[in-house]
Amino acid sequence: MSKIRVLVGTKKGAFILTADGKRKDWKISGPHFAGWEIYHLKGSPADSNRIYASQTSGWFGQIIQRSDDGGKTWNTPGSSPEDLKGPGGFPKGESNKFVYEGEVGKHLWYDGTQHPWEFKRIWHIEPSLTDPDTAYAGAEDAAIFKTTNGGKTWKELSGLRNAKSNLWQPGAGGMGVHTILLDPKNEKRIYIAISAGGCFRTDDGGKTWKPITKGLKSPYELPDPDAEVGHCVHRIALHPSKPDVLFMQKHWDVLRSDNAGDQWNEVSGNLPTDFGFPIDVNFNEPETIYVVPITSDSLHYPPEGKLRVYRSQTGGNEWEPLTKGLPQKDCYVNVLRDAMAVDSLDKCGVYFGTTGGQVYCSANGGNSWNAIAEHLPAVYSVEVQTLP
Amino acid sequence: MIRVVLPFHLRNLARVDGEVEMEIPAPITIGKILDALENKFPVLQGTIRDHGTLKRRPFIRFFACKEDLSLEPAETQLPAEVVSGSEPFLIIGAMAGG
Repeated sequence: MSKIRVLVGTKKGAFILTADGKRKDWKISGPHFAGWEIYHLKGSPADSNRIYASQTSGWFGQIIQRSDDGGKTWNTPGSSPEDLKGPGGFPKGESNKFVYEGEVGKHLWYDGTQHPWEFKRIWHIEPSLTDPDTAYAGAEDAAIFKTTNGGKTWKELSGLRNAKSNLWQPGAGGMGVHTILLDPKNEKRIYIAISAGGCFRTDDGGKTWKPITKGLKSPYELPDPDAEVGHCVHRIALHPSKPDVLFMQKHWDVLRSDNAGDQWNEVSGNLPTDFGFPIDVNFNEPETIYVVPITSDSLHYPPEGKLRVYRSQTGGNEWEPLTKGLPQKDCYVNVLRDAMAVDSLDKCGVYFGTTGGQVYCSANGGNSWNAIAEHLPAVYSVEVQTLP
Repeated sequence: MIRVVLPFHLRNLARVDGEVEMEIPAPITIGKILDALENKFPVLQGTIRDHGTLKRRPFIRFFACKEDLSLEPAETQLPAEVVSGSEPFLIIGAMAGG
C-alpha cells in the first residue's frame, strides 16, 4: 500500500506527518530545526528520500538543510560525513551563500526611490522533476537561484531581474519569489510568481523571462490597466498533464490561463470573497481546483469565522463550499500561500495548514476533512509526497 | 586557548556542546576569532556576519569582559583575559523585544 509523507514548515520548526494510503492514522515527527522558521521544505520527485528545507531566522539568516533519508537525518549540503571524508573535502560552508549576480541593482522602494537588492531569505525550494541534485530557490528580495550539486552551492538566474525589476516594489509581506512551477513537458519552461511583483515565464531555462500578466486587473494597487509588473500574485498552480493551463489566486481575484499565462481570465464566479492565498489542482481531475477564501486584504481570516475550502470542478466560475470536518464557527486562522498540497492517490488527498497550527487532510478530494495535526506553530508550508 | 560561547541555535547548528575552544595566533582580534570559528565550523558562515561584506548581522552582539564590543571594528584587539582564556568571547543573539 502506498504511504503518504506530509512535510510541514512552521514558524518554529518542521514537522513530518506520515500515514499509509488510508490516510487515517498519522504519526508526527519533529520539531526538526526547533525554534527556526521553516518557510518551506519539499521532496525531490526524482528521489523521494531527498528533501530540501529552507531554515531561516531573523538573527542568524538563511540555512539550507537537506535530508537523503526521507527526513530522518539532516545536513547542510556539503557538510555531511561523506563530504568530510572526501580528498579535498573540507566543507566550504556555501550552501547558504545566496549572492546576487553582477551589479546588485535596485528596485522600487516604499518611498518611490530606488533601493538596492538585499538578500533576506529563501521562501520556496522547487526540486527538479528529474535530477535530485538540481533545485531552484525563490528568494526575498526577489530572485531565483539554482543548484546543480544538491544544494552545496547556488547561482542566481539573473535574467529574471532584467524583467522590469526596477519597477518591482515590496508589499507588506516582503518581495519574495514564492511560486516556482516547472513544466513537466518542457524542461526549458519555468513559471515564477513574486509577491507584489507579478508572474513571469522563461522558455529558455531561465536565461530570459517575460511578465505574463495580461488580463490581470489590480485597480487599487496599480492604476495603470496595462501594468506588466507589480500585480500581487499570491499563488499559481498547474496540473502536470496540462501545463499550459494555469490557475492563479491573486491578492483579489481567482483567474485561469489556457495559454501558459499569455492571457488571464477571471474565474472567481460565486466565491464569497475572491481574496485568498493558496490554490491547487486535484491530481486526478485537471479541472478541479481548490481555494480558501479569506475575508479581505484587511481581515486575514475566513468570512463569518467559518473555515471553508471552495472547490470548482469546472476549472473555475462555479464553486462549492467544502465544510465537513472544518470549524464552522469562531475560526479566525489564515491559510498561507504555500500551505496547500495534494497527493497522487486514486482518491486525491488534499492537505492544508493554518496559522493556528492545524493541518487538515481530506482523503476524498475535499468532501470531508480531518485534522491530522493540531497545536503546531503557525503553518507556513505544506507539501505532500506519495510514496510507493 | 581562546574560548567562544555561541548562542543556543548556533551551537545546535555547529553540533557543539558548551564552549568552543580554539588556538589562534596573536594578536587576537574580533575578526580573527570569527575567521577561526567559521573555518572550524563552515556551517556558521553567513550566520554571524554577512557572506559578502563580512558585516555583523543586525541582531548578533559581541561581548567580552562585560563590555559590548558589537560596534567595534573587526581589527579590535581583545582584552588580555580573553587572550589568556580566563574569560570567553561571547556571541549573543540580541533580545528581540515583545
